[in-house]
Amino acid sequence: MRFNGTDTYVTTEDLMVAVNAAVTLERPLLIKGEPGTGKTVLAAEVAKALGAPLIEWHVKSTTKAQHGLYEYDAVARLRDSQLGDARVHDIRNYIIKGKLWEAFTADSRPVLLIDEVDKADIEFPNDLLQELDRMEFYVHETRETVSAAIRPIVIITSNNEKELPDAFLRRCFFHYIRFPDEDTMRRIVAVHFPGIKDVLVRAALNLFFEVREVPGLKKKPSTSELLDWLKLLVAEDIPPEALRSRDVKTVLPPLYGALLKSEQDVHQLERLAFLARRDQRGN
Amino acid sequence: MFVSFFLTLRRANVPASLREYLTLIEATEAGIAEFSVDRFYYLARAALVKDERNLDKFDQVFAHCFKGIEATIETLFGEVPTEWLKKLWEKTLTPEEKALVEALGGWDTLMETLRQRLAEQTKRHQGGSKWIGTAGTSPFGAYGYNPEGVRIGQDEGREGRAVKVWDKREFRNLDDDVEIGTRNIKIALRRLRRFARQGAATELDMPGTIRATAHNGGYLDLKLVPERRNTVKVLLFLDVGGSMAPHVRVCEELFSAARSEFKHLEYFYFHNCLYESVWRDNRRRHAERIPTWQVMHTYGADYRVVFVGDASMSPYEIVQEGGSVEHWNEEAGIVWMQRMLHTFPKSVWLNPTPERHWGYTPSIDMLRQIVGGQMFSLTLAGLDQAMQALSR
Repeated sequence: MRFNGTDTYVTTEDLMVAVNAAVTLERPLLIKGEPGTGKTVLAAEVAKALGAPLIEWHVKSTTKAQHGLYEYDAVARLRDSQLGDARVHDIRNYIIKGKLWEAFTADSRPVLLIDEVDKADIEFPNDLLQELDRMEFYVHETRETVSAAIRPIVIITSNNEKELPDAFLRRCFFHYIRFPDEDTMRRIVAVHFPGIKDVLVRAALNLFFEVREVPGLKKKPSTSELLDWLKLLVAEDIPPEALRSRDVKTVLPPLYGALLKSEQDVHQLERLAFLARRDQRGN
Repeated sequence: MFVSFFLTLRRANVPASLREYLTLIEATEAGIAEFSVDRFYYLARAALVKDERNLDKFDQVFAHCFKGIEATIETLFGEVPTEWLKKLWEKTLTPEEKALVEALGGWDTLMETLRQRLAEQTKRHQGGSKWIGTAGTSPFGAYGYNPEGVRIGQDEGREGRAVKVWDKREFRNLDDDVEIGTRNIKIALRRLRRFARQGAATELDMPGTIRATAHNGGYLDLKLVPERRNTVKVLLFLDVGGSMAPHVRVCEELFSAARSEFKHLEYFYFHNCLYESVWRDNRRRHAERIPTWQVMHTYGADYRVVFVGDASMSPYEIVQEGGSVEHWNEEAGIVWMQRMLHTFPKSVWLNPTPERHWGYTPSIDMLRQIVGGQMFSLTLAGLDQAMQALSR
């Protein structure tokens, strides 16, 4: 099993090496990077490339490690007991399997995505150490051990909101998705928009990288924003000339709403445009 | 196998552990690197570095440790041996040109000089007559007029690039002693959290409810608990004006991050050193002053105190009565600082001056001793340490 990218996802060589190392040695792979560089999509693409089922576990601030293993629905059992339901005698009826359990007992080797692990409490990754290391855990209520017959491929993403504990990091491979350079970006665009006009892509990319260079932006536009913007440009049938015109009045790029998501960033761009206009008049 | 590389990494403060090193060896044996230095670099990076802040250090160490190896491979498989170049050269040059080369000391000297200049020169260069660059008369560079000019940077190395990936050091700006933004500050500030349940009971207490229900003979007995909140309390003292002007931006960022991160935050301004009064509004700093005693009496000892200032001033401003540059102070700054630290034992000083310059300013050293060594640089790493010190 080797991951070499797919026809809908452009990978750099370093990412491929990291994924293959994680797949071969059966260790979790931790992915970090700027928002919108395709961290979450990676798991889906790895699953697709390897023909494996994908199990997604999206972590929230309230998620506990236990939720990934199993939950004991005490309230349901309590209710059943008060109603005199026969199911109440078997505790198994009230154990709800979590995503890890699902992944450990899958028939074929699955890809398990633990998305945005840093959203949860600081202790969350520590609580999963043993489970991810040995790929087994103990269910207290039924006194059984669930262990993985086939170790799943685990991909973990993080947005760097919290630092992850060292013990957790030691058990993972790590990859930082860098913001793609222009060549890679061209390949990514080509994958998503086959048959798009070359002139348009060149003009759009130039403008896109220019916007990214604007100093003081709160949120720089990323790959996913570029793709959305291109989709809009194609849908609205904007001619490439409109992107290339350095006319001072139209200095805000067309449909900029797809690129800049904050009011302040738009203002910043407008202010710079104003300064540029003034300079030009001064000359 | 790569023990010295591993040890050099650790010496460069990349926190790689033995376990990670073994993982790397295991992966190499599994054939993931497959005889390519580039792939080995990627693999080693994925296995040994777990934080993007350390990627730059890793790149430097890798470049240092594997420079020789890369060069060996290069000469073995890739590059044209020097002898061939020389032959080709002799063929294309006219006898007069050869004489000129000889005049400069011959091929070997030329190459040696080139090597030296490459080592000396660090910037791109154009024109001129000594440095390597384009369009000059120096023997080294491209598009020049010197007949024995050596072309540099015209052709690409093996695999279409001359610079190796790790030499590019693309992660340079992720090193953690530079640049900090509001978001990053917030994350650093989050280390300072004290969770407690206070106030009205609004959350369902599951374990409590189950226990109470069991006691109740199986009939539901709901129990509620108050919500968990961050209860840490912070007093922020900011130095303004004068030598703090260059650090305004980073202080603003820190301030806005702290405002949104801490529910109980009180802030005050001072100038250079703490004296008998502080103020909250810089426009009315002379009209509305708050006595420092009042601050110390108002807030409890459970408040954590953060001073932000460059601590760069004349030592008299700290130790001498009347030493302040703005007014006549009855008691020296050091007295007020000590009172403050006595009232609020958990205090740190954040200093926006780069740490390596601290030694040159005596007043920084003095204040550092006054705050019991708890002075940290206003960088992400420093902030992290400061918050750790505060939460102890």
